[in-house]
Amino acid sequence: MNKNNDHTIGFKTYIAIWFCLVVLTAITVTVSGLNMGRYGALASVLIASVKAALVLLFFMHLKYERPFLKLMLLVTICTIAVIIGLTFFDIGVRY
Amino acid sequence: MITGNSFYNAQDKHKGILSWILSTDHKRIGLLYLTAMFSFFFVGVILGLLIRLELIAPGRTIMSAPAYNAVFTVHGVIMIFLFIIPGIPAGLGNFLLPLQIGARDVAFPRLNLMSWWFYVSGAAVILISLFTGGGPPDTGWTFYVPYSIRTGTNVTLAVFGVFLLGISSTLTGLNFVTTIHRLRASGMTWLRMPLFPWALYATGWVQILATPVLALTLLLLIFERVFGLGFFDPAKGGDPLLFEHLFWIYSHPAVYIMILPAMGVVSEIIPVFARRTIFGYRLIVFSSLAIAFVGYLVWGHHMFTSGMSDLSKVVFSFLTFIVAVPSGIKIFNWVSSLYGGSIDMKSPLLYTVAFIFLFSIGGITGLVNSALATNIQVHGTYFIVAHFHYTMFGGTAFAFFAALHFWFPKIFGKMFRERLANTAWFFLFAGFNTLYFPMFILGWQGMPRRYYDYLPQFHTLQVISTIGSWILATGLFIMFYNLISSIFRGEKALSNPWGGVTLEWKTSSPPPVENFEEPPVVTGAPYRFR
Repeated sequence: MNKNNDHTIGFKTYIAIWFCLVVLTAITVTVSGLNMGRYGALASVLIASVKAALVLLFFMHLKYERPFLKLMLLVTICTIAVIIGLTFFDIGVRY
Repeated sequence: MITGNSFYNAQDKHKGILSWILSTDHKRIGLLYLTAMFSFFFVGVILGLLIRLELIAPGRTIMSAPAYNAVFTVHGVIMIFLFIIPGIPAGLGNFLLPLQIGARDVAFPRLNLMSWWFYVSGAAVILISLFTGGGPPDTGWTFYVPYSIRTGTNVTLAVFGVFLLGISSTLTGLNFVTTIHRLRASGMTWLRMPLFPWALYATGWVQILATPVLALTLLLLIFERVFGLGFFDPAKGGDPLLFEHLFWIYSHPAVYIMILPAMGVVSEIIPVFARRTIFGYRLIVFSSLAIAFVGYLVWGHHMFTSGMSDLSKVVFSFLTFIVAVPSGIKIFNWVSSLYGGSIDMKSPLLYTVAFIFLFSIGGITGLVNSALATNIQVHGTYFIVAHFHYTMFGGTAFAFFAALHFWFPKIFGKMFRERLANTAWFFLFAGFNTLYFPMFILGWQGMPRRYYDYLPQFHTLQVISTIGSWILATGLFIMFYNLISSIFRGEKALSNPWGGVTLEWKTSSPPPVENFEEPPVVTGAPYRFR
């Protein structure tokens, strides 16, 4: 058993993170109504990424894990980034 | 030598067949996979022979056109998803990985058994899909939209079966990566690990990171068929090209799931029968990882004629040329390992040398496909069919056969008949080339793949190809006859009949339940001969 897993997170932290998630959801809804064109999608993805990061770091305890486990997760994130990037990098020059 | 203590005689709380299908012993699970996979392989071969028989003459020969569409689809689905993707890792990898790294079992034995059950469930669902609903799918194994959405055949159920197989493959990859990280024997540093585990490690990462993409893609296809969501339908704002992207994001890395373990097998067999260390150990390790990495970035080369932008085509073509570099490194290293060795041309090496020859042809014709100009000429023709059979059958399956012969004494504790193995090899090699080489010429001349009928000028080569399929089938029959009959009647094998130096040869044949009497300790590099 990894010692780091024993780390307990205070109740206050959980509430604060939950509050942040609610606020970010509200921002997502607001942004979707702003009609920002192609930047709308970018904004939604960025906000969703921040929310996912908060869940991973605090609710799933990634913040308190060993660097090696963080590296593993980073590999998967990079893979998705590369896959999405290579699929859409030519979006400006498509017929 | 330890006798009477093999895992076949293990005491288990279950008896009979239950002691197999509920076993968490990696060796039993490996054999379960091998049995199931080769049963499906047999069905796939029969379907392949039927395809060739239909094509022996233009027009209708033995089946209708819709039946032909179903037969080549099911041949592809079985061979890809039920045989060659689980293939070497799930069968031989399961059996040998813990033995080669000096572990008692894989990291998650129960998860391992669950993977097998997912595999069997997926296979059952695919089989059910053939006989229910609108009948067997007729889309080709790639399930391309829009046809796969419109066809009335039982695509939904077949795709769900493949989805289950994907879960099996992902869990196996996860299990192997964890096993290699956590359970290596004392003293076995990363660079003291044999090359087959290294290949399984690279493969495991591809399985973990790529297979979920296939699972999601297939779910989207099911949603599209059942609920009409419109991801791939331009009328609803979707894009059929998106399906091709998503499908090949998995299915090209899947090519490396198929070939990397085969390369690992070759790297194991060559040092043993050349009686010398492998040439360029580190470069072989590096090239496995490089293939796994770059293999992610090349999927677009399946779509050069699908209407991608020119920019995408150039980038994907360039990346595809790059992936040929680590493959070339491996070929040169294997040949260099043979050079100056005391070569003992036993049957495992014979199959291995055939691998190098056939895979090289498959690889180099891959470059013809990846060059943008020539791709337009050969895309969707028999050239492609020949190319992927040279890589997948001439490559992976020949290495698989080599591995079966090489580790047969370890797995079953018996020896097969060497001369019969060589005879089978001759039929396999001759039949393979007679069957598939004419397809390169046919494809170059413009014969499209998956066509039921053809022009008279293609007749001669089609006949030669069909005759090749009979020679190949004869070879397969002899090989399996030899191996299966030797399980029951073969001479008893010593614990190390080939004089190998990796850890699996340091335990009895077949190994005991716990693999080793004493946990092994590793003190040096893996291939030290003399």
